Amino acid sequence: MNEANRSAEPDGPDEGPADENHGKPGEHGKPGAGDGKPTGDDFRHGTTAHDRPAQDGTPHDGPDSPGGRGHDGGTGDGAEGGTPPNREPRIPLPRASVEDTGLPLPPPPAPAPPRLEHGVLKSLLGAWALAACSAEETAAVEEHLGTCGPCADEARRLREAVGLLQRPESLDLDPSLRTRVLASCLDRRPPRIPVPEWARAYDAETARLDALLQDFGDSEWHAPVRLRWFADDEATSRRTTVAGVIAHLVAVDGLVARAMGLEDPLAAAGAEARTPGARTEAYWRASRFPPTRTVRGPWREQNHAIVRTASFTGSSAGGMGISYGDFELPLRDALLDRAFECWVHAEDIAEAVNYPYDPPAPRHLRSMIDLAARMLPLVLAARRQAGLAAPGPGRHLVAAGEPGRSLRLEIEGRGGGEWLIPLDSPAAVGSAEHEVAHIALDGVEFCRLAAGHVPPTEAAAGQVGDREAIKDVLYAAASLSRM
Amino acid sequence: MAKKDAPPRWDRKMQQRLARGEAAALGELYDRFASLVYSLAHRVLGDEQAADGITREVFAHVWEHPETYDPKAGPLRTWVASLTHRLAVQRLRATETAALEQGGRGSAEDLERRVRHAAVAARADYIVQAMPTPLRAALESAYFQRRDYRQTAADLGVTEDEARRRLRLGLQLLSTAHDTPAPGAPPEYGGAA
Repeated sequence: MNEANRSAEPDGPDEGPADENHGKPGEHGKPGAGDGKPTGDDFRHGTTAHDRPAQDGTPHDGPDSPGGRGHDGGTGDGAEGGTPPNREPRIPLPRASVEDTGLPLPPPPAPAPPRLEHGVLKSLLGAWALAACSAEETAAVEEHLGTCGPCADEARRLREAVGLLQRPESLDLDPSLRTRVLASCLDRRPPRIPVPEWARAYDAETARLDALLQDFGDSEWHAPVRLRWFADDEATSRRTTVAGVIAHLVAVDGLVARAMGLEDPLAAAGAEARTPGARTEAYWRASRFPPTRTVRGPWREQNHAIVRTASFTGSSAGGMGISYGDFELPLRDALLDRAFECWVHAEDIAEAVNYPYDPPAPRHLRSMIDLAARMLPLVLAARRQAGLAAPGPGRHLVAAGEPGRSLRLEIEGRGGGEWLIPLDSPAAVGSAEHEVAHIALDGVEFCRLAAGHVPPTEAAAGQVGDREAIKDVLYAAASLSRM
Repeated sequence: MAKKDAPPRWDRKMQQRLARGEAAALGELYDRFASLVYSLAHRVLGDEQAADGITREVFAHVWEHPETYDPKAGPLRTWVASLTHRLAVQRLRATETAALEQGGRGSAEDLERRVRHAAVAARADYIVQAMPTPLRAALESAYFQRRDYRQTAADLGVTEDEARRRLRLGLQLLSTAHDTPAPGAPPEYGGAA
């Protein structure tokens, strides 16, 4: 047995003359690399093909015949078998005897390749070409190749094939490539059934997150993630994993799917959970095991089904109400909200595994900010009713549709803009003439605030005017967040 | 990593949806094949921008001419791979020829050899990716993990005979990447799929 020996093959640089007929893995894709043609008979002289990459990924292609080298035999497992001729002993003999006697070691006994059937030798050709059989078998195969034409032909062919094995390049597809490719296709042939404008952010954000997940191994899928949001004006969090986050997205996107007549992922859970948080907990509970990478497939299918259904129902369906349990959004806004959540959680995931992650395309970012800005008056009113926001000394109610006391929300950066937020009633219209305060902050910072990832007291916002109004709006923005 | 084999039904429906002009179908097509297309193009051309360009061309072709795919002739994945291969090799030949005409080094034979070499490398990638998982796993173990066939057998939970068989069969499949098709014939992407 010599497994330990083989696997302890040194990764050092080439020993002996490099065999140029063996292309190095990694060079094959480049024009100008060796042409990979074999000389055809070199293996009959005891070299074996193995363009094996070293452990660190750098290729080396010296003629290191499998099991045929002795200098790496320190981990030897006691194989006493024959050593091929003209080579160092595969396993050094006990060192003590040399030191004690000072005499040179006796030459190792000549190998006696085991007598193997033709069929067995043939079956070994693949392992031989990969340098993955024992020294004895290697010797037997190589002896056989000198006398068996068909086996020698196959051996050459298989060894050339080894030269074609290449570590898959880890190519990160540029996430913006998708948008560019699809846009250029749709330019050339306009779609008869387009994806509605209001579903595009969802389509783009889910695809971006999917690209991030592409190369995740088990350790990434199980990396801990902390979901963070604001509840009752307190920062709140819930521990889960990357896979758990995707399960969370499946559970909450399921609200939209269900309303569209698609399958509700919670149907099997049998729960009557309505709110995003309750649905997530129910979905997590319903599975016997913690979520794994297998959640990716169903999540993607759900994304695709939602986008597809949105395309078929067309713009008319955009107004359909989607219930979140304690409030409702029209479908067009619900999909924006889901796109926003997808981005926020993609950032959570990227942070957990130390990957970079960009903000959404400016036009998508802007529509997400716009949704938050439109929701703020409603949230302010609800908070006032709950006693969480100041009634405000200067508060004055106006008739519906009339201009009311307003805060100017100025969003900087790509995807930015200005919004006038009516402060006293959702029915009022934002008005520059009635502006009592002005805050300015970066678009991504505003989104982090609205996602509950930045506390309102720490949001990096330039502020001018009524401090009470500013505080109310910042807290209202943070309270937009939920699990 | 290859996704699990999609049923031919998916291929047929995809073709119908593309023919109907459904933009959502184009997005799904991209999500399924973009990394295959991009990596094959990159293997042939060795350049990110060029691979971007081929990716755009491939999807534009499928979107504009979905009827040129015949579901009876084989899986959509194979067809997309062949299309990518053809367009990428075409571009490689065009850029290399242009370089040659502008006094670049090398002869026309060098050029042909480089093109052939890139084509074989790309085909080999595809074959590895499309071969049955047990064969790919055995090759990965023996080549990349540097395990011998007995260790490979133990790792994969199969007999030593079976490990030898898988290594040999995997290499046999891979070696078909060298089989250059007759000039003008579509590249052989069918073999391992």
